[in-house]
Amino acid sequence: MRIEGKGLVDRTRKLRFQFDGVGHNAFAGDTVASALLAKGQRIVARSFKYHRPRGIMTAGSEEPNALVTIGQGAAQEPNVRATVQEIYDGLKVHSQNAWPSLGFDVLEVNDFASPFLGAGFYYKTFMWPRSFWERLYEPVIRRAAGLGALSGQSVEERYEKAYAFCDLLVVGAGPAGLMAALTAGRAGADVILCEQDSVLGGRLHAEDFKVDAQSGSDWAMAAAAELAGMSNVRIMTHTSVTGAYDQGTFGALERWPGAPHAGSPRETFWRIAARRCVLAAGALERQIAFANNDRPGIMTASAVRSYLHRFGVAAGTRVAVFGNNDDAHRTARDLDAAGVEVVGLVDTREDAPRAQGDFPVFAGAVVENTRGRRGLKEVMVNAGGRIRRLEADCLAVSGGWNPTVHLTCHMNGKPVWREDIASFVPQDGAVPGLIAAGACAGDFSTLACLKAGAEAAQAVLKDIGMKPKAADVPDAEESPYRIRPYWSVPGHDRAWLDFQNDVTVKDIALAARENFRSVEHMKRYTTQGMAPDQGKNSNVAALAVLADVTGRGIPETGTTTFRPPFTPVSIAAMGAGAQGMGFAPRRLTTSHAASVARGAPMIEAGLWYRPSYFPAPGESTWLEACNREVTMVRSAVGICDVSTLGKIDIQGPDAAAFLDFVYTNTFSTLKPGRVRYGLMLREDGHVMDDGTTARLGDTHFVMTTTTAAAGAVMRHLEFVHQGLRPDWDVRFTSVTEQWAQFAVAGPKSRDLLNGLLDQPLTDADWPFMACGPVQVAGVAGRLFRISFSGEHAYEVAVPARYGASLFAVLVARAEQMGGGAYGMEALNVLRIEKGHITHAEIHSATTAFDVGFARMVSAKKDCVGKTMAARPGLMDETRQQLVGLKPVDATGMLTAGAHIFERGAAARRVNDQGYVTSVAHSPTLGHSIGLGFLARGPARHGETVRVVDAVRGSELLATVCAPVFYDPEGGRVRG
Amino acid sequence: MDELTALTPAHGLLPVSVGALRLEEVDLGIMTSVAPFRDKQKPVSDALQSACGLAYPAPNQAVRADDTRIIWFGRDMALLCGIAPDPALASIAALTDQSDAWAGVVLQGVGSVDVLARLVPVDMRPAAMPVGATARTLLGHMSVSITADGPDRFIILVFRSMTETLVHEVREAMEAVTARKTR
Repeated sequence: MRIEGKGLVDRTRKLRFQFDGVGHNAFAGDTVASALLAKGQRIVARSFKYHRPRGIMTAGSEEPNALVTIGQGAAQEPNVRATVQEIYDGLKVHSQNAWPSLGFDVLEVNDFASPFLGAGFYYKTFMWPRSFWERLYEPVIRRAAGLGALSGQSVEERYEKAYAFCDLLVVGAGPAGLMAALTAGRAGADVILCEQDSVLGGRLHAEDFKVDAQSGSDWAMAAAAELAGMSNVRIMTHTSVTGAYDQGTFGALERWPGAPHAGSPRETFWRIAARRCVLAAGALERQIAFANNDRPGIMTASAVRSYLHRFGVAAGTRVAVFGNNDDAHRTARDLDAAGVEVVGLVDTREDAPRAQGDFPVFAGAVVENTRGRRGLKEVMVNAGGRIRRLEADCLAVSGGWNPTVHLTCHMNGKPVWREDIASFVPQDGAVPGLIAAGACAGDFSTLACLKAGAEAAQAVLKDIGMKPKAADVPDAEESPYRIRPYWSVPGHDRAWLDFQNDVTVKDIALAARENFRSVEHMKRYTTQGMAPDQGKNSNVAALAVLADVTGRGIPETGTTTFRPPFTPVSIAAMGAGAQGMGFAPRRLTTSHAASVARGAPMIEAGLWYRPSYFPAPGESTWLEACNREVTMVRSAVGICDVSTLGKIDIQGPDAAAFLDFVYTNTFSTLKPGRVRYGLMLREDGHVMDDGTTARLGDTHFVMTTTTAAAGAVMRHLEFVHQGLRPDWDVRFTSVTEQWAQFAVAGPKSRDLLNGLLDQPLTDADWPFMACGPVQVAGVAGRLFRISFSGEHAYEVAVPARYGASLFAVLVARAEQMGGGAYGMEALNVLRIEKGHITHAEIHSATTAFDVGFARMVSAKKDCVGKTMAARPGLMDETRQQLVGLKPVDATGMLTAGAHIFERGAAARRVNDQGYVTSVAHSPTLGHSIGLGFLARGPARHGETVRVVDAVRGSELLATVCAPVFYDPEGGRVRG
Repeated sequence: MDELTALTPAHGLLPVSVGALRLEEVDLGIMTSVAPFRDKQKPVSDALQSACGLAYPAPNQAVRADDTRIIWFGRDMALLCGIAPDPALASIAALTDQSDAWAGVVLQGVGSVDVLARLVPVDMRPAAMPVGATARTLLGHMSVSITADGPDRFIILVFRSMTETLVHEVREAMEAVTARKTR
């Protein structure tokens, strides 16, 4: 019910929204909660477990009950707190966790079965038979219990991530936060002020306090205006600081509360790097547990005042108030003054203050029970053993205030118990650089908050070397906070502690009885303080009850750990930008467009996209294309883009020495204009990478790495230079991207190039493993006579701007000569036929000895990994070493990953002698071939072994052979 | 005789304009990484000074004279843009042609800083990145060089192969920033 003349909502701007399909009016500035309360909507949600009717309990982000779903389809967002969601025209709100309707929910039957559904019920009941849990019990329980549901569709709206930086981050814009931001802002500091609400001011809008001569609300608006005028202050409303992390980094979630807006992000997840932080997060009012304290209409006292003063809404027509501190009296007084009937004020304290209005005060009394299943009707008051029934549709409860210490616990700080206010306050220094100020530090009066905010900002300014001006703290109320702790009213009926997770006082007692006495164990057993709520409402009360039933004090019982996020952060916001194209960079070669145009399917190699094969007309399988491409290279000429291989330019007086040190073999003896194959070890002696390195000049080399290990090799070189041999004068940088490089492979490769280069190639000038500068159709390029295919072959490189053009020219020439482009599949077959290793073989657990390259580890010099490679066992003849495999039956197909056993041996782990790493169908040889590692492999050529693939369920007999299947003498590559 | 034609890295991808923001390709000319050999930074700087009037830049600094720029490019390295280095410099520094390795784009317009705040984990506001400041950092998942080239004007260099992804990421952020301003 609206009260005329009250509230800050704009009554001149009417908005329409729907709740469960029914249209309602609201005003600009309303939340879903305030608008529904104004309409007298009592049931807003059903509870998690018992499906109890629930109403609105709070006026902030701590709301445990009034969780709703907004939006539809992919944009559907569950578990939105009605107390936070602002109304916009056309907003559609749906209740959740109720079927068929909010008013009649079938699963309310759970509530009547509650004697069986206490904490730990599932653990005890659904244990047998074991297999039923996954298939039957869990799905059924999950359907019955829960909050809102996701749409199951991909997010279509925009979410973002962003970074921000400041000298001072102020968390919360109540009196303390505003004063801190003003003080620091006026001194010229770079300030970010985050406020989860839509307006700055916090409780100043929710009370009728005066600040200086004006209303608190007006003072807050003036402060906000002053801050908005400062270029060094950034105000972020609708932004909840969700976590405190190392080195002054804070997570914050900014919501866009309005109507969906094209292109505009719905949420932004901020990472804020702040030199200092003032936490001014305020405090949350707690409930008192009593029987049936969860009925719609039972609210926190401060929320009742918020709805009255900020939204001009009376939370009920006949309101009862229950409390253990003076705030209860303020509530009754404010309501009475606004003309709302107060049917009684129940104060647990015998020495309660006298009535400050036209309502009865019951001192030393408690609320023992309530009536009204679908909304509060009656409150039973026990005043000194005498039961009085008060007819009321709203009960405002104040059990005291819990400072919002959450952020100070995110880096393992434990809050400290303060007896005088019966609450936990932050431990000093819990988060380095963070000062808690105001209500979140236990100062509850407005004046104390204003002062604390100013002082905190001054301390920060001094700390970062800025000059604070004398703080101009306005005058404000300074009423003392008088509280006598009262946690739960004794009784037999269920009394709720955690409303969101349906945890009652009985559940806590049961946990203790079953010896889950540690607060952390109690939490897991009862689910108290879990889920979106994170114990905001119930943690302190629950542990007070646990302390009571276990006979310990509250400080020794301790709290559970508050973890980030403070309020829920959607995965869509945290993963913003990482969908689709944003998942990882796509590295495209200069021949990419041409390859795609030829219908080549792309495969990913690291971040690179490489063509798998180039389908020709009439080919229906990849294998047909692959076989053709292999044959083409063996008989004519093929073109393959090899630009993705890492290329590292290495220069300097000590470049040769450096290469001798990182490679097992020697490069200082390599002549300029020549290329050498090199093997590189990790420090632990296992093979890291391999590739060719060309010597372009005395002090100038270009190293080639594998595509996959390019980054890792670069890092390794940096490590070796910076960490091991900083004395060496050598410089290196990646030139992978500078050069577009193509393999021209096959017996006709020289013919192909001869028409393209300014000088024809001759055997004398360009023997195998020669390299040098060339002019490629008038463009300065590089040529390397190297071969991965085993054929007479070259790699030609030009600056990348010419890559697309050169690829087109090379492929056109190749096609005229009976050749063409070939892809990764053919490249792989060609190299397996030649027994060349890739990372399938040098997979990080093999040594130079294992791959048959022991002699490549030079005895004449040291190199990275040499000592460790000589460890006992790493050179043992019984180790699994590289071999070739071919099926005994030529139609058999080897499979990669299969394991090798002696013929006749059982395929059991203890008999395992090795495994297959690479396989291919060789069109050149007409049968399947494979590479693998086999114990004592080199000594077993000719032996028949059993190859068992347990994953694919296949096996065959294979003959062990040398790993080089094709042209073992290497005549073709030199020819 | 075959002829090779050149394509720029962002061929067909740029320019892109969203609201007041514009992303376009920039040709910085010949780009050469200059890595002075040990104890040779001073002579290298002197040689550059006499050749193009610009000294070897301090870390996180870029210097410019007309179309010639020297951009600090990481440990012991700067990127000389706009002119070819004197070959004699090769005796005191490793010179590597990088003209085709890096795609250069310019992001400009009011709100450029906000666009970068969505992509780059370092502070890009004028106080931290005045004109002439440069950073080797990340843009999304990509290693980049970013130089504040003027008010609300940044030069971004990224691996040529990642140009398409760069344009996609920056355009997304440009759209988000612009949509935010108009809502």
